[in-house]
Amino acid sequence: MESTFRTENLSVFYGKYEAVKNISLDFPDQSVTALIGPSGCGKSTFLRSLNRMNDEISQATIKGKIWIEGQDINAPDTDVIKLRQKIGMVWQKPNPFYKSIYENIAFGPKYHGIKNKSMLDEIVESSLRKAALWDEVKDRLKQSALSLSGGQQQRLCIARALSVNPGILLLDEPASALDPVSTSKVEELIIELKRELSIVIVTHNMQQAARISDYTAYFYLGTLMEHGDTELIFTNPVNATTQEYISGRFG
Amino acid sequence: MKAMKEGHVQIERSRSGKFQKHHMEDLIGRSYTMLCVGLLILIIVSIIYFVASKGLATFIQDGVSLGDFLFGSKWDPEGSQGTPVFGVLPFIFGSFATSLLAALIASPLSICASLFMTEIVPSWGKKLLMPVIELLAGIPSVVYGFVGLTVVVPFLRDTFPGQGIGIAAGAIVLSIMILPTITSIATDALSALPRGLKESSFALGATRWQTISKVILPTVMPAVLTGVVLGMARAFGEALAVQMVIGNAPHIPRSLFESTSTLTSAITLDMGNTVMGSVHSNALWSMALALMFMTFVFVLIVRVLERRNRI
Repeated sequence: MESTFRTENLSVFYGKYEAVKNISLDFPDQSVTALIGPSGCGKSTFLRSLNRMNDEISQATIKGKIWIEGQDINAPDTDVIKLRQKIGMVWQKPNPFYKSIYENIAFGPKYHGIKNKSMLDEIVESSLRKAALWDEVKDRLKQSALSLSGGQQQRLCIARALSVNPGILLLDEPASALDPVSTSKVEELIIELKRELSIVIVTHNMQQAARISDYTAYFYLGTLMEHGDTELIFTNPVNATTQEYISGRFG
Repeated sequence: MKAMKEGHVQIERSRSGKFQKHHMEDLIGRSYTMLCVGLLILIIVSIIYFVASKGLATFIQDGVSLGDFLFGSKWDPEGSQGTPVFGVLPFIFGSFATSLLAALIASPLSICASLFMTEIVPSWGKKLLMPVIELLAGIPSVVYGFVGLTVVVPFLRDTFPGQGIGIAAGAIVLSIMILPTITSIATDALSALPRGLKESSFALGATRWQTISKVILPTVMPAVLTGVVLGMARAFGEALAVQMVIGNAPHIPRSLFESTSTLTSAITLDMGNTVMGSVHSNALWSMALALMFMTFVFVLIVRVLERRNRI
C-alpha cells in the first residue's frame, strides 16, 4: 500500500552539484522514519525539501516528486503557506522567537488568522501539553522563552511546530544539542507524538534511531543505500556499508 | 625512532630557551599598549577639562545664570539692545529639531535598505547597495552642504512658503548624511540573526512579509535603535553642512522653512568674531559643553540599548 506521504525519484541540486540522488521513500502514517548516514550524505537536504525549505536557497533546484495527500507539493499551483502549515519542522539548535513562551506558541495560529483569545489560550495549553512542557511552564507563560533551559527550549519549539496542527513533523537532529536527560524527554515525546503524526527524523545517534524509529533509511553520498524496518536494518542489514556505518566502523 | 627522540629534545630545548625571550616580548607589548592608552586617556581628560573650564566660566566668572542660559530664548551676545543676553534655547531647539527630524526621515529608508540587502535580494542586493551606502559615508560634509544649498533649498523655496532655508533643509541634508550609519548597523544586526529564526517562521506557514514584520524586525529592533541613536548623535554634532542650509537666525522658528540655528552652526559662525576670554567667547564654550554633554547622553543611551539587546 502506498502512503499518503512519499517521495518519488527525488533529486535535489545545489547549482550543478547533486546533493540528493533519485530517492523514492515512503513515510507511513503514525510512524517514525529515521534518516541516518554520515555528515554530508544529503539527509538534511532531503528533509528540507519535504516542506520546501530549500525555496529559500536560491541555487537549489528539485527534480522528481514529493506527494502529500495526493498532491505534488512542487506543482506550480501549490500554496506553500498551506503546505507548510501541514508540516511542522524542528531544527538541531533550539530557536525560540525572542518573545514570551505564550507568544511563541500563539504565533503560528495568529498567522493563520485566529484572533480569539480563549481559542489561542486553548491552543497554547494543548500544544504545550503535547510537548510535555505544560507543567513546567504553566506559571510563567509571560516570561521570555529564552529564560528556558536548552531542553525546554527545544520542547517549546516542538510545541510551536504542533500549534498549527500539522500532520507531519520533520525533525533535523532535534536532540543532538541536548543533554542526556533532555534527550530522553524529547525521545519519549517523539514516541508519544507518532500516534497522531507521521514523523521524519534526521539523527546521528544510532541508538536513538534504533530506540524511536519504526523505519530507517540509510543515506550515503546522496544515495539511498538501504531502507526498511528499523529492527531489520539494525540486526540484519543487506548492504555492507550500512552494516559498517551502524556498527560505528566508519562515518 | 632516533629522529623522534631528537625532535623531542629540540622541543624541550626551545621550551626552556625561549621562555625568557617571550616574557620580554610580552613586557614590551604590554608597556607599549599601556603607553598608548595612557596618552589617549590624557588627551580625552584634557579636552573635557579644557571645554568644561571655559564653558563653566560663563556661569562662575561672568555671572550668567544657568537657567537664563539654557531656557532664555533671546541671544544678543554683544548687547546691541543694551545689556548682552545669552539665551541658547533657540540653538538647542534647532539642534534637537533637525537631528530628530533627520532620524525620522532616515530611519525608515535605512531599515528598508538593509532589509532589501539581507532579506529581499541577499544575492546581489548587498553587492550593489552597500558600496553606494559606503560612498555616502565618505562624502565630505561641505559637499553635502553645497548640494543642499543648490538643490534642496531652492526646491523647498519653490514648493513651500518661506525662503527654503531652515529646519526642513537641514534635516533633509542630515538625513542623507546619517543614512550610512543606520543602514550599516541595521544590516549587521540583520545578517547576524540566526537563520533558524526565519526558517521557523516560514515552517509555521508565515509569508515573507509576516516573517519580516513579526519575527525579524522585532528581534533586531534594539540594534536598529542603537543605529538610530548613533545617527542622531552624528546629526547633532554636524556643523558645516547644517550651517550652510539653515539660515543662522538666532531665534526659534515658527515653521520648518524659516531661518534658525543649531548649537554647532552658531558656534562655527560666531567663533571668529569673539575675543578670547570675553563673555561671548565663554558662552560659545558653554554651548560646546552642552554639545559634549548631549553626546555623552547619546553614548549612554546606546549602552543601555546594547545591554537590552543581549537579552
